Amino acid sequence: MDILPILSTLRRHKLTSWLLILEIALTCAIVCNAVFLIGQRLQRMDMPSGVAEHELLQIQVADAVVPPNPYARISEDVAALRQVPGVISVASTNEVPFGNSSSNGNLRLDPNQPERTLNATTYFGEDIAKTMGARLISGRDLQPDDFMNVDVVLKALGTGDSKNIPSVTLITRTLGERLWPGQNPLGREVWLTPTVALRVVGVLDSLVRPNAYDTSSAQYTMVVPIRMGASKDESYVIRTRAQDRDAVMTAALAALKKIDPLRVVTTQRSFDDIRNRYFQDDRAMAGMLAGVIIALLIVTALGIVGLASFWVSQRRRTIGVRRALGATRANILHYFQTENFLLATIGIALGMALAYAINLFLMTKYELPRLPAEYFPIGAIALWIIGQLAVLGPALRASAVPPVVATRSV
Amino acid sequence: MFSYYFDLALRSLKRNRVLTALMIVAIALGIGASMTMLTVLHVLTGNPLPGKSQTLFYPQIDPRDMADYEAGEEPPRQVTWIDGMNLLREKRADRQALMTGGAVPVQPTQSALDPFFSDARYTTAEFFPMFDTPFRFGHGWTAADDEARARVVVITNELNNKLYSGKDSTGQTLRMKDTAFRIIGVLGDWRPNPHFYDLNMGDYSGVESVFMPLSTSRDLHLPLNGSRNCWGRGGADEAHFENASCVWLQFWAQINDPAKVAGYRDFLEHYSQEQKTLGRFQRPANVRLPSLMEWLDINKVVPSDVRLQTWLALGFLLVCLVNTVGLMLAKFLRRSGELGVRRALGASRRAVFGQLLMESAVIGLAGGAGGLLLAFVGLWLVRRQPSDYAELAHMDVAMLAATVVAAVVSTLFAGLLPAWRACQITPALQLKSQ
Repeated sequence: MDILPILSTLRRHKLTSWLLILEIALTCAIVCNAVFLIGQRLQRMDMPSGVAEHELLQIQVADAVVPPNPYARISEDVAALRQVPGVISVASTNEVPFGNSSSNGNLRLDPNQPERTLNATTYFGEDIAKTMGARLISGRDLQPDDFMNVDVVLKALGTGDSKNIPSVTLITRTLGERLWPGQNPLGREVWLTPTVALRVVGVLDSLVRPNAYDTSSAQYTMVVPIRMGASKDESYVIRTRAQDRDAVMTAALAALKKIDPLRVVTTQRSFDDIRNRYFQDDRAMAGMLAGVIIALLIVTALGIVGLASFWVSQRRRTIGVRRALGATRANILHYFQTENFLLATIGIALGMALAYAINLFLMTKYELPRLPAEYFPIGAIALWIIGQLAVLGPALRASAVPPVVATRSV
Repeated sequence: MFSYYFDLALRSLKRNRVLTALMIVAIALGIGASMTMLTVLHVLTGNPLPGKSQTLFYPQIDPRDMADYEAGEEPPRQVTWIDGMNLLREKRADRQALMTGGAVPVQPTQSALDPFFSDARYTTAEFFPMFDTPFRFGHGWTAADDEARARVVVITNELNNKLYSGKDSTGQTLRMKDTAFRIIGVLGDWRPNPHFYDLNMGDYSGVESVFMPLSTSRDLHLPLNGSRNCWGRGGADEAHFENASCVWLQFWAQINDPAKVAGYRDFLEHYSQEQKTLGRFQRPANVRLPSLMEWLDINKVVPSDVRLQTWLALGFLLVCLVNTVGLMLAKFLRRSGELGVRRALGASRRAVFGQLLMESAVIGLAGGAGGLLLAFVGLWLVRRQPSDYAELAHMDVAMLAATVVAAVVSTLFAGLLPAWRACQITPALQLKSQ
């Protein structure tokens, strides 16, 4: 196919050609960035939790009348929940993975260090690792005699009495690698305050924090042997088989209500619900971006159809002359297809530069990473395909122009 | 002339239905998408207390120890009990209130209703006059009630509807956590957006259902909600928070005279230094006094996703407009012959230009109407999103007018280039080629 005659024709329709190129460039740039943003969101939504997600239930109850002994109440509740058919394991905890509400502490490697090393979340409660299914990769799990009651610990913290504060902790593999790169974390000490040190006795493969805002710190997690008392912030986590979840939830609620009919259930959900809720904004954003991409491609396609139709009708006589001089239908068809391909290519080239510029803008304003090179071809291919599809109709109409048009109306 | 051009425009648009429809759809889509997002942004960046917000300030002081100290860093976003009480007692502002969030077990006397947990606000008395809260029945409590730890509550209209079917419930007894409270006020419809006075509750959450004196809530050890940050030997159970080195309360001050704001800042500075001399504070005095709107900015209340979506929608509108420019150009140039005849018959360039712009305006109007429809659909979709601001996404009169104006103006703007280009046609050349 000869490109030169196409270029010389386009040069005579500079304004319209440039408008089409501009539209393709803008669409290409936005599509590249939107696809990239969708990728970011999907990646975030895939964040691993380290727990047996399809086998967990969370229940929170709040007491209208506070029980005299909140620890006895927890033991009683846990014992009742263990009796529920289908329950594999029960834990009481102050927070759950992706649950948003969290307790966090600043960690130091040295008690006299002026600035914290990092901020990690602290899970408190019994049987957390076992029930949630967080795999222990080295060391041991927390034992019953490691545990202390939360009110005793808080009082000891206030008075600086280090005897009534737990001395051991579990940490995640990622946290260990970050605190002591390349070394075995077992037996090492990490400082929560200048007087409180916790010795690492076990390492979990993975356990995500409730407030996992970015992937780098999502696994900064400790499990500390502090026993929670019944309060509205405390949760029961129940492990069961995936297919038993609904039945177990109903039976578990009934068991808890039986202990105190006046208590109020404030949360009852499966871990799947927790994950869905935690990432709901990301899912909504990804959906919205996908919608915009589709709308943009449709609008651009319609624009191409409109302009191509205009050109075809404007050039009817020229087409007739070409047909009369021996051009085949296929020649005419290819002419318009090549013309569109040329315009799309120029637009895409400009669009790439624009996509890069938009990404730079987003990087400064929204802390996004750099647009990886593999996203550029996506926009390019999308626009080439859309361009060719859009131009097909007008081009076919052009190729249907009979040679006899050349002889008319001259 | 105007109506003649309007008539001409309609005829011309009818002649080329497909092209016209394409233009109108493009404008409608672009306007619909961008007005949807601009409306959401408009709602979210709104002033929660118009006319009052410039007199409200959120004092920040830094009571922490030297651990993790960084010069010039932002002070904590809440205050300790001791500081809050000190600031309250000094009464240096025109009005002030100390508050925190909580949840209370409500035990309705009606047997048909199970006990339930309600969000609560524990605050001092001036909360109500300071924030201009409307009252449907009764009134707020007084400083004397604060002092006496009175068992009094103010409830929202919503809770009043639920418990007392909307009747005047002042004077009635409400049981919460096994304690009898006397209802002294029922709020009217009040939902400041954002939930500015305590952003830990969710930036756009509704107001709490139950309001009671802070002192009463502490007396009864009612459960707390919200964020708390502790340092040093901080950490205490909720019952002993008064003496803990933790920030967990919000303090608001109303300063009516702008000239006195600097004086209040000096007072905070002075207070910090005094506390440092006493040995309670360790850091150098570091105070801030943002106004309400500044406080919302500091907290980045408007979700960054919404800003991103607004940019995206505006980018989409730009593509739609470029698309329209191209189509209009095609449409106008196709009529070169007709325009040539008009020019040859004596119409000035200006007259032709005006006629063509009229045609763009008609497209803009039609596109605007379509865009308005799409914006309503878009807002309906936004309201179905799970975010806590979703239910606020409603069109108001200002945004409605803005939508139509934006559509017409942007289409007129898009019509400028094609109309100018079409006016450049030499009549003689066009006539010859006919």
